[in-house]
Amino acid sequence: MRQKDTYFHKIDWITIGLYFALVLVGWLNIYAAVYDGQNDTSIFDFSINSGKQLIWIGTAVVLITLIMVADYRLFQNLSLVLYLVFIVILFLTPFIGKEINGQRAWFELGIFRLQPAEFTKFATALALAKLMENPTFDLGKWSHQAKAMGIILLPVALIMLQPDTGTAMVYSSFFIMLYREGMPQKYYVFSLGLIGLSILTLTINNNWYLFGGLAVIVVLMVLASKKSWKNLLGIFFLGVLMVTYAYSLDRVVEKLPPHQQNRIMVLFDPDVDPLGVGWNVTQSKIAIGSGGLLGKGYLEGTQTKFDFVPEQHTDFIFCTLGEEFGWVGSLVMISLFVALLLRLVFLAERQKTRFSRIYGYCVLSLLFFHFSINIAMTIGLFPVVGIPLPFFSYGGSSLWSFTLLLFIFIKLDSHRIQILGRSY
Amino acid sequence: MYTGRSLVVAVTIGLIAFVLLGKLFLIQVTDDSYLRKAERNAIQRVVDHPYRGLVYDRNNSLLVFNDPVFDLMVIPREFHLQDTARFCELFGIEKQSLVTNFNAAKNYSWVKPSPLIKQISNEEFARVQDFLIDYKGLFVMTRSVRAYPESAASNALGYIGEINAPQLGRDSSGYYTQGDYVGLSGIESYYEPDLRGKKGAKYKLVNVRGIDKGAFKNGDLDTLSIAGENLQATLDLELQVYGEKLMTGKRGSVVAIEPKSGEILTMISAPVYDPNILTGAKFGENYQKLNLDPEKPLFNRPIMAMYPPGSIFKIVQSLIGLQEGILTPNTTFACNRSLVNCHNHPSPVNLFGAIRNSCNPYYHQAFRQIINREVSQNTYTDTQIGLDNWRESVLKFGLGDRLGIDLHGEKSGSIPSSQLYDRIYGENRWKYSTIYSLSIGQGEMLVTPLQMANLAAIFANKGYYYTPHLVKAINGDPSRIPDRFKTKRYTGIDSVHFDMVQDAMAAALSGTAARAIMKDIAIAGKTGTAQNPAGEDHSVFIAFAPKEDPQIAIAVYVENAGWGGRAAASTASLLIEKYLTREINRPLLEEYVLTGEFIY
Repeated sequence: MRQKDTYFHKIDWITIGLYFALVLVGWLNIYAAVYDGQNDTSIFDFSINSGKQLIWIGTAVVLITLIMVADYRLFQNLSLVLYLVFIVILFLTPFIGKEINGQRAWFELGIFRLQPAEFTKFATALALAKLMENPTFDLGKWSHQAKAMGIILLPVALIMLQPDTGTAMVYSSFFIMLYREGMPQKYYVFSLGLIGLSILTLTINNNWYLFGGLAVIVVLMVLASKKSWKNLLGIFFLGVLMVTYAYSLDRVVEKLPPHQQNRIMVLFDPDVDPLGVGWNVTQSKIAIGSGGLLGKGYLEGTQTKFDFVPEQHTDFIFCTLGEEFGWVGSLVMISLFVALLLRLVFLAERQKTRFSRIYGYCVLSLLFFHFSINIAMTIGLFPVVGIPLPFFSYGGSSLWSFTLLLFIFIKLDSHRIQILGRSY
Repeated sequence: MYTGRSLVVAVTIGLIAFVLLGKLFLIQVTDDSYLRKAERNAIQRVVDHPYRGLVYDRNNSLLVFNDPVFDLMVIPREFHLQDTARFCELFGIEKQSLVTNFNAAKNYSWVKPSPLIKQISNEEFARVQDFLIDYKGLFVMTRSVRAYPESAASNALGYIGEINAPQLGRDSSGYYTQGDYVGLSGIESYYEPDLRGKKGAKYKLVNVRGIDKGAFKNGDLDTLSIAGENLQATLDLELQVYGEKLMTGKRGSVVAIEPKSGEILTMISAPVYDPNILTGAKFGENYQKLNLDPEKPLFNRPIMAMYPPGSIFKIVQSLIGLQEGILTPNTTFACNRSLVNCHNHPSPVNLFGAIRNSCNPYYHQAFRQIINREVSQNTYTDTQIGLDNWRESVLKFGLGDRLGIDLHGEKSGSIPSSQLYDRIYGENRWKYSTIYSLSIGQGEMLVTPLQMANLAAIFANKGYYYTPHLVKAINGDPSRIPDRFKTKRYTGIDSVHFDMVQDAMAAALSGTAARAIMKDIAIAGKTGTAQNPAGEDHSVFIAFAPKEDPQIAIAVYVENAGWGGRAAASTASLLIEKYLTREINRPLLEEYVLTGEFIY
């Protein structure tokens, strides 16, 4: 008995509590999204999405139980096998999958429809953890970087074949984990600089202002640096590089077909195409923005109730919350997520093994990416990419995959005392 | 190794969350434009049109009411027709127009209603009502159009029509929207704010496809329309209908006024048109037709036509002369035809004889004394001062300016001033011999039939009048009519001077308008002939009766009907008989008026 008691105490109930809080709020919001105020359909009615989601939640609980009673070594031992199995399934998906919305991303098993790409995330996370757990693995080395990138890019390439850009993009989140594990900082500085420059190029219409601004940056860098020939030459080339990049980016965007140009420009101004690409964002912002400080009240949101926002029970589920619970509701919900993410940072850091820590960082990277990009997209801070809000969005595949992802880590964490493999 | 980087990750998480919450704060809390856009998305305002006020005559007979018409609406998504031929037969519609209308409905919206058959009449609707339940996707929308039970008084009542762009632009109250119906003429236009009522609004929730999802906030914000207020007109429907009958086949005006109140009993602009043709679906077509008609039925002659007053003006001259002390009942002048032409009558005449015989030279001489009083040595200046003083007196008779009837478009007529002659002839270039035509109501002088009827009322009242008007009560309340209709207006002529004038008017009938004389009722009247340079003169007659206690004052114009005694006097006399006795005992006279050819 005493043995069992201590095991229960080792499980991180805070994370589990946050998980169930998010799932519950998500489920209530799915009902609000399908509720139309006329038919008095119960939230438990299995013919509507909230009823179906309840089934998914129930099966997720079964999944959790299975994970918790399984041997904790299983995941480490099976990680590469799981990864390979999902790569094969992913490879087969375009050929045997069911086509929905122009994507062949779904497997049909009887009445269930599963999206293999969702599950590949946790398999990739396990594989990365397995690869990098070796203490000799050093992200400072080119060859080791290439190995890690290979594991990440293989599923990305296969997902792009479906094609599902949003899901493929998610894999870039592993760079958060790689950063923690020692990936050289210069890559991040360079990437952030490039992203910043791209945004500036696309938002500033007059190129002379842009070039002037870049010139100022170059001058400041010259003033700040040690005046050696090597430094000055480097800064000069950097300046030329930035101007060339900005100039050519504009040319490339101009060469794109108009609908793709719109997809980019709509990010800066949804009115570019309010009934086309901008529709989702415009309607989503209207729904969220009309919520005010305290919201319109549960099931009182007119925009979500009457279908003004497309995909409102899946990718745009945040609209329902924003409209019906207002800014205060958004604050509570974002706080729950932030609490979960910070808790995961804390848990990952307390792991005794590299495997568990790397896997933990993978979990938090994926959740963080999904959470921030999804919300950013609903309020027009990021282009519309089809990725779900973890634990909130309707759908069995995403709920199961995030549940698997999270609870494997909770399982590993509960066994952190038992020495497993080599410690660093 | 790299444990410090965990802090960077944690800070990044917090930073991103902060950015998201900041942006959310901007769009949710500080910017309320999204709330308005959301309302525009999901809340649809449906106007509940009020019932327009009814109009009754002075005896509470209905003049204008609202007739329901039915539009058959279709929702294309729900409407499936198996037997087109049977449907066309039942609803009395051509197959071709059914197809056209249904396609138009489909093109407009698959799920929103559009009209399939417009303006089904009450009778037709009763017939098809039972078949409606056999067809899904059909329902009926009730509207109403104006209707006139007696088809009378079209120009006085006016008509309503869709508001036009300039009117919409002038509407500062913001009450009207495109497609609203407003009074466009007559009392429909003048009393528009009273008749229209108040629109109500229902707020409905609609989904992204525009489908009704029930009331917004359970209908708490909805308002019911308030029906327009009923008007009681001063018109006497029976008299109006009879007058229109008498004016059939003639061009001209009839205005009858109750002298002691200024209430207009009858106002006819001939040729008349049936007001019922300017309602409903045929409005546009019929309006075009009336507008192009050379007889100008839409031209409201009683207030818009202007003619020289002719001989009738001699009474005004007499009264001014008496009041100014220039004339006395005993003032005598010879009928000197070298001054101005006249007709055979005993000469010389006193004032009574002058009115009775309508002696032109008498007034030529009397008017000279009124104008030239030798206040100035300079005869030009003397004439100028005299004319302007005289004009002051004439204006008090309600001439030369709008009376202020409750209709839009009233003309002012004109009484010349010295400035007018200065403009025509030059300063100090004109004198009495230039303007003497004014003495007998000719020359640079115009009055409307309404002003003429008002003159008759002044003579009947012995010196005062009430502004003629068409509405005596709003929503049953007489005090709500404009104050100017309740104000007695004096002409500045003492009532004693009217006794002799009334006697002369009564006596005049036997000479100039013997047809107008009635056995039991004493009529005072005066014929006139408005000279018409374009053709035959216009026949004019004014009268009031009974002479001792006047109940009705009337002016009748029959255009191009020649000398006033014939057509106009007979018509006026019949109308007086009708109003005072409610019957006609002179079938021969009636026959004469109805069958006589008075348009040349």
